[in-house]
Amino acid sequence: MSIQLEQSPTTGDEVITNYTINFGPQHPAAHGVLRMVMELDGEIIERIDPHVGLLHRGTEKLIEHKTYLQALPYFDRLDYCSPLAMEHSYVLAIEKLLNLEVPIRAQYLRVLFAELTRICNHMLNIGSHVMDVGAMTPNLWLFEIREDCLNFFERASGARMHSAWFRPGGVHQDVPLKLLTDIADWLDTRLPELFEDAMSLVVDNRIFKQRNVDIALVSKEDALAWGFSGPMVRGAGIPWDIRKAQPYDVYDRMDFEIPVGTNSDCYDRFMVRVEEVRQSARIMKQCLAEMPEGPVASSDRKVVPPKRGEMKQSMESLIHHFKLYTEGFHVPAGEVYVATESPKGEFGVYLVSDGSNKPYRCKIRPTAFSHLQAMDFMSKGHMLPDATAILGAIDVVFGECDR
Amino acid sequence: MTVLHSAPRFASNEGVVEALSAALGDMVLATKEEHGEVVLTVARDQIENALRLLRDRHEYQQLMEIAGVDYPSRPERFEVVYMLLSVTKNHRIMVKVSAAENTPVPTVTTLWPNAGWLEREVFDMYGVIFAGNPDLRRILTDYGFEGHPFRKDFPLTGYVELRYSEEDKRVVYEPVKLAQDLRQFDFMSPWEGAEYVLPGDEKAEGEAK
Repeated sequence: MSIQLEQSPTTGDEVITNYTINFGPQHPAAHGVLRMVMELDGEIIERIDPHVGLLHRGTEKLIEHKTYLQALPYFDRLDYCSPLAMEHSYVLAIEKLLNLEVPIRAQYLRVLFAELTRICNHMLNIGSHVMDVGAMTPNLWLFEIREDCLNFFERASGARMHSAWFRPGGVHQDVPLKLLTDIADWLDTRLPELFEDAMSLVVDNRIFKQRNVDIALVSKEDALAWGFSGPMVRGAGIPWDIRKAQPYDVYDRMDFEIPVGTNSDCYDRFMVRVEEVRQSARIMKQCLAEMPEGPVASSDRKVVPPKRGEMKQSMESLIHHFKLYTEGFHVPAGEVYVATESPKGEFGVYLVSDGSNKPYRCKIRPTAFSHLQAMDFMSKGHMLPDATAILGAIDVVFGECDR
Repeated sequence: MTVLHSAPRFASNEGVVEALSAALGDMVLATKEEHGEVVLTVARDQIENALRLLRDRHEYQQLMEIAGVDYPSRPERFEVVYMLLSVTKNHRIMVKVSAAENTPVPTVTTLWPNAGWLEREVFDMYGVIFAGNPDLRRILTDYGFEGHPFRKDFPLTGYVELRYSEEDKRVVYEPVKLAQDLRQFDFMSPWEGAEYVLPGDEKAEGEAK
C-alpha cells in the first residue's frame, strides 16, 4: 500500500501572480503628480512604468502665442524649485539669436542668483530625499535656509518664487547694496552653520546609508546612453558640468570644483549635491568680491526697455517703451539649442525664430524626462521602499518634467 | 561675426561641417552653420545609420533631446531634430529629418534607450510615427486624448474641456465653451510689411496711391 502524501496547499496548480500597484499620483514621496505602475514580486520591483504628463500644461504651445518677453514668466513655472535657472537658458537662447552683449555686472548678478537658486533647489531636494527615507529634522533645518533664499529673491525681484528677473539683455533691476552685503553675511554665518549642522546628522548616519548605499547603481556607459546630466551623471563618476565645460556668463572667471561620485549609487548622488552647495557658496563669494559697478542691462534700446526716469525726459524712450511692451522685439530668423547647468542637470531650450516677435517653436528640454525614463532599469530588483530613495536622488519636479 | 553674447561656449565649429558631411557622405542632404550651431539635414530613412556613425565614430555619445517642429506650408510638414552632445569633444550638433503624417521615421531606440520617451513625446505632440519604437504610446496628454496638440492647426484652446460633474460623480469632458473669444492681439507694426489689408485700405482701390 502506497503512502498518500498530503499536498501542500501552496504548490501544484497554484500560480503566484505578480502584484501590480499604483505608486501615486497622490503619493507624498512622488514629489508631485507622478503615477508609477509597479509590478511587484512580493516586495521586489519587477517592472516600473512611470506615467508622466499629469501636469502637462502645454507651455511650449502657449509660448508660441506670446512675445519673447511675455513668454519669460512661463519658465519660472517649469521647475518651480529653481525658477531662475530655468530663465537662464531661455534668456541666453534669445541673446544667442540676437548676438546681444550683456553688461558684465548683469552677468555677475545672473551667476550670483543662479547659484543662490542652486542652493535653494538643493535644500529642497536634500531635505525631501532625507525625509523620504525616514528622517524629519534635517528637512526642517534646510527649509530654514530655503526661506532665507526666497527672501533674497524677494528683495531682488519682488517675488519669492516666480521672479521673472533675468531678462534678455541683462536683469530687470539692479539690487540694493544692502542685499549684497546681507548675502555675504549669510554665506559666512547662517548658511554654513545650518547646513553643516543638518548634514552632520545625515551623511554618516547608519540608517541613511543603509537606505542609499548601493541602491540604483548606474555604470558610466549607462549614464551616457540614458542621457543623464547634472548630479546624476556626476554621481556616476563622469566629471561633466556645463558651467565648467561650456561656460556661460562669467562662469569662466569662477574658481570652483566639480564633485564626482565613486560608486554611482543614490548616496553618491546625494553627496554630490551636498558638495555642490558648498561650491555654490564659493562661487557666490567670488561674485560678491569681484562684481563691478555698471549697467545691469544692455543699452540696446531695440531689446531692453528704457528706465522710467528716462521716459519722462525723452520722447524716443517713450516710443521704445511702448513698442517693446506691445509689439515686443523681433529676433532674427534661425534656430539655437542652448543648454545650461540647472541644479537638476542639463536644462535646454531649442528656440526657432522666424524673424517675428514671437517664437516659432520653443522646445524645452527638461532634466527629469531622461532620468525618470531610467527609473525602470534603475529600480529593477530593488525593494519597494527603495523606489522612494531612487526617486529622491533623481530630483524630479513635475512642473518641469511635464511642461 | 564676432560673438557678443554670453551663451554657453562649446568647442569650435571650425571644420566640423566639412568633416561630418564627408563622413556621412550622401546621407546628408543639407548642412547649415548659423548662430554658432551646426545643423545637418539627413535623409529620413538613413537617420539611424547616420546617428550610429556619429555616435560610434565621431564621439557624439549623448542624445540630449528630440524636438518636433511643424511647418504646415511644407510638403513634408514636420521636422524632427536630434540634439547630440559629445562629452569628450565638448561639442554639440543638431541632426534633422523631415517627415509627413504618413511617412514613418526609423526609431533610434536601438542606439540610445532614452530615445523611447523622446520619440513618444514627438509622436504625442505632432503625430510623427517612429517605425520600430516598441512602445509608441501617448505620453504627456490625457488618457484617451485625441489629436496632436502642438500642430500649428490645433487651436490653443483645444477642443474639449473637463469638469467634475456632481450628477455623474465623475470628471466629464465637454466641448470648449469660452465666455469670451480667445483674443490674439496683433501688435506687429503695419509699416513693416503687414501681410493683410489694413482697415480702410480696401476703399482706396483704383485711386492714386
